[in-house]
Amino acid sequence: MISFNLLIAVSLGYVAFLFLVAFAAERRARRDRGQWLRNPLVYTLSLSIYCTAWTFYGAVGYAARSGFEYLTIYLGPTIVMIGWWWILRKLVRIGKTQRITSVADLISSRFGKSTALGVLVTLLAVAGTTPYIALQLQSVTQSLAVFAAQPGSGWDAGEFEGAAIWIAVGLALFTLIFGTRNLDVNERHHGVVMAIAVEAVVKLFALIAVGVFVVWGMAGGVSEMLARIDASAIADWQPVPHRWVGLIFLSGAALLTLPRMFQVMVVENADEKHLATASWAFPLYVLAMSLFVVPIAVTGLNLLPDAANPDLFVLTIPLATGNESLAILSFLGGFSSATSMVIVATIALATMVSNHIIAPIWLSSTQTGAALSGDVRGVIVMSRRISIAVILALGYLYFRLSGGGAALASIGLISFAGVVQVLPAMIAGIFWRGANRIGAGTGIVIGFAIWAWTLFLPSFGAGAVLSEAVMAEGPFGWGWLQPYGLFGITGLDPVVHTVFWSMFFNTGALVTLSVLTFPNPIERLQGAQFVNVFENSAGARTWAQSAARAEDLLIMAQRIIGHAEAQAMFRQEARAQGIDGYLPEVTPDLIGRLERMLAGSVGAATAHAMVGQLTGSAAVSVEDLIAVADETAQIVEYSNRLEAKSAEQERTARALREANEKLTAISIQKDAFLSQVSHELRTPMTSIRSFSEILREGEIDAEARARFAGIIHQESTRLTRLLDDLLDLSYLENGQVQLDLGRGSLADVLDRAVMAAGVPGDRLALRRDSASERVQIETDLERLTQVFINLITNAAKYCDADRPELVIRARAGAETCEVDFIDNGTPLDAEAQVLIFEKFSRLADEGKAGGAGLGLAICRQIMESLGGGISYLPGQGGPAFRVTLRHRARMAAQ
Amino acid sequence: MGRRVLLIEDEPNIIEAISFILSKDGWTVHTHADGETAVDRVRDGAPDLVILDVMLPGRSGFDILRDLREGAEAAADLPILMLTARGQQRDRDMAEQLGATRFMTKPFSNSEVLETVRALAAP
Repeated sequence: MISFNLLIAVSLGYVAFLFLVAFAAERRARRDRGQWLRNPLVYTLSLSIYCTAWTFYGAVGYAARSGFEYLTIYLGPTIVMIGWWWILRKLVRIGKTQRITSVADLISSRFGKSTALGVLVTLLAVAGTTPYIALQLQSVTQSLAVFAAQPGSGWDAGEFEGAAIWIAVGLALFTLIFGTRNLDVNERHHGVVMAIAVEAVVKLFALIAVGVFVVWGMAGGVSEMLARIDASAIADWQPVPHRWVGLIFLSGAALLTLPRMFQVMVVENADEKHLATASWAFPLYVLAMSLFVVPIAVTGLNLLPDAANPDLFVLTIPLATGNESLAILSFLGGFSSATSMVIVATIALATMVSNHIIAPIWLSSTQTGAALSGDVRGVIVMSRRISIAVILALGYLYFRLSGGGAALASIGLISFAGVVQVLPAMIAGIFWRGANRIGAGTGIVIGFAIWAWTLFLPSFGAGAVLSEAVMAEGPFGWGWLQPYGLFGITGLDPVVHTVFWSMFFNTGALVTLSVLTFPNPIERLQGAQFVNVFENSAGARTWAQSAARAEDLLIMAQRIIGHAEAQAMFRQEARAQGIDGYLPEVTPDLIGRLERMLAGSVGAATAHAMVGQLTGSAAVSVEDLIAVADETAQIVEYSNRLEAKSAEQERTARALREANEKLTAISIQKDAFLSQVSHELRTPMTSIRSFSEILREGEIDAEARARFAGIIHQESTRLTRLLDDLLDLSYLENGQVQLDLGRGSLADVLDRAVMAAGVPGDRLALRRDSASERVQIETDLERLTQVFINLITNAAKYCDADRPELVIRARAGAETCEVDFIDNGTPLDAEAQVLIFEKFSRLADEGKAGGAGLGLAICRQIMESLGGGISYLPGQGGPAFRVTLRHRARMAAQ
Repeated sequence: MGRRVLLIEDEPNIIEAISFILSKDGWTVHTHADGETAVDRVRDGAPDLVILDVMLPGRSGFDILRDLREGAEAAADLPILMLTARGQQRDRDMAEQLGATRFMTKPFSNSEVLETVRALAAP
């Protein structure tokens, strides 16, 4: 006979062995980052926590009661693994890119980081999983009871009943030690995963050992066994189609939504490729687990008295045949199944409870910036530990209070049906961008309520929670609310009934409310990231794309704050950086200013998220951001329409005020311009008038007369040039100018410009590189010459070096060519670099040169209309201008 | 040696014109083209009259005027003729407020300038 002490010794030894495995794995993980620990095999084996004590013991009981229907529990996951691996892959990818720590985190994060949804899913998971943990404790206690019931065991009945609490305490210890050892960012637990992988082998080995014993040891071979199956009641069993469909769906959905499955499949996943192996290896494992279920059930039915509990055949058959070592192995298999499930489920639930319930409460109750102080980590570890203890205590309490009456399998299915309420939100969340938190939350609440009403509460038995009258006739005699027959549809199996109605209303609410209500911007962003996870998680952007990034930022800004303002801002930024055009270098300062600007329109959080997405290592595409921006605008428009009339009037008044301010600003600009023009015109006119009066007075010598006449002539020329320039600039600015395109070589254009500028060599020495100028261009050659003349005469006028020198250098690229004009005078300071292209921007002491300060403004307009540009080139040792032109000019968009 | 006029102006041709007119009338004309050092120049040169432009390199003529009227060792009695191409009413008001003795706009009539100078610098 097996003594109680032996059994306890074996159990303790086994637990000690698990501790060793976990310790070793943790140590290895620390030393070499656990590379070898994280292989596809370990991953697949860790998935086997799907097979709990319920499957280990309960499948045989299920088969004994309902024939082949137990297969549905294996078929669901198999179909998902083989046929829908792409859902799993998406979940795993999202889990990694978004650093998801649990099912609750996934749902909360997807729907705009909603705290309420996180709490809701956590409560649902705790409610759905607690009975399941109780079930595992019950199965271990029952298996101990089997040994006690053996004749001559000499056990005291009280001994094994008290064992449940020690099992719970032991599991709590193991989970505390290995589940909260390190607060890894991605919540990975090497020790735990290794231990449950070992347990997976133990339980498979134990079940197969019993199976082999039954088939070859007792029946005497496969054909004999098949004959016995044929002769048994199981062979006569007829499938019930709606139950099959319902249960396959339920178990498949549970694989995706059970907190412990999510933990091992998504959170603990080290490499997406492991999923590929698991997609065939896990079904194989499940097949092996189910292979001997029917032979064991048939043998048990034949061998043991009718009163024997079929749920324990795996144990009672070896015991009844006196095969004690096999019985102990079988006990260990069941023990493994129970412990691994409890450990992982507790870790998963503790993560949820601590992250979504305890931590938020703690953070909001401590006001003094607790998030900044150093003890957050300690608090989180402590809350994780308390959660683990509380969850196991809940499981133990449920076990004590429920009295362990219900069949194992029914608790499992009830639990599945509860947890599966997360499925619509999960699937919609990762495939449908339109799904929002109102729809998801309402769906879950409705599904959860239907589950509680039609399955969970009745499961305590008629008269326990719901009275028999309610069970039979519905509350207040409303028959359509009868728990097992909603809307008068009776005759369905209770589980299928619940799954059907809860999924129907859950999904219905999700879809309807998501269509009817607007998601907030953060939800939009998160939705895009989740749904488009594969498009967006490509490699980080490279430096080469930085120009495109500035452009992305501009496009986004235009959508949010309007084209004019966005362009003005970018242009100003670019100019301040000494860059011509609208695309400044993306600097932290620029990003900061842009963010503040956008925050005015969409709020700080969204602005931060949007800018962050664009500048960080890409996670959301520009199209998504633009969609967000557009939708934000739509929401604003929609709510505006609903505003009261007074609000509308106020807005109109504000718009008018703004328009007025804009007009005033334009008017001030115009006045300033006219006043400047007036000043510029009056100056030469002053000389002309004054000298002509002097000449009219007479009484001056011939030499002075000639000189004054010369001045008058010079000033009238200046006046004419000024008027010409003004007209020219006005045409160019209004885009009325006709380009006269022609072909020529850059060298010819430069030659002509040098000639026309007529600068004497002692005033300015030219250095040209004729080789670099052999570039064929098609553009308005006259206009280009005008630009070059301007640059050359400017250099001649302003170069303050002792031996003025101008270097002209050309460089041809694929589509454009650059011509640099660099002289050896004093370089412009930063402020001047910005101002120099403005109208009338004569710098301080230029008066002597007599220009009106329109030259460079004209040059810039010309180059823009030729599809190129002109900019100041800093850092060249002297004033330097770069003209960029296309080999083939294109009319600039006007 | 006639009486001394200091002309603060940066346009060479205008300097030449005014210098010619005043010299012919017997004035000694000193010129100064830089705004920044103009106030010092007035102090050092102790002219009998100043003709002051507004748009000067370095410093605005209005600022110079303010310094001359209100600064330390202010030359409160010194006649100052503002002569500017900025002829708008608000420039005129500004000049008056700051204490210009007379305000004239460019282009000017030679005889008017001459008469004004004679009137302002009368002993």
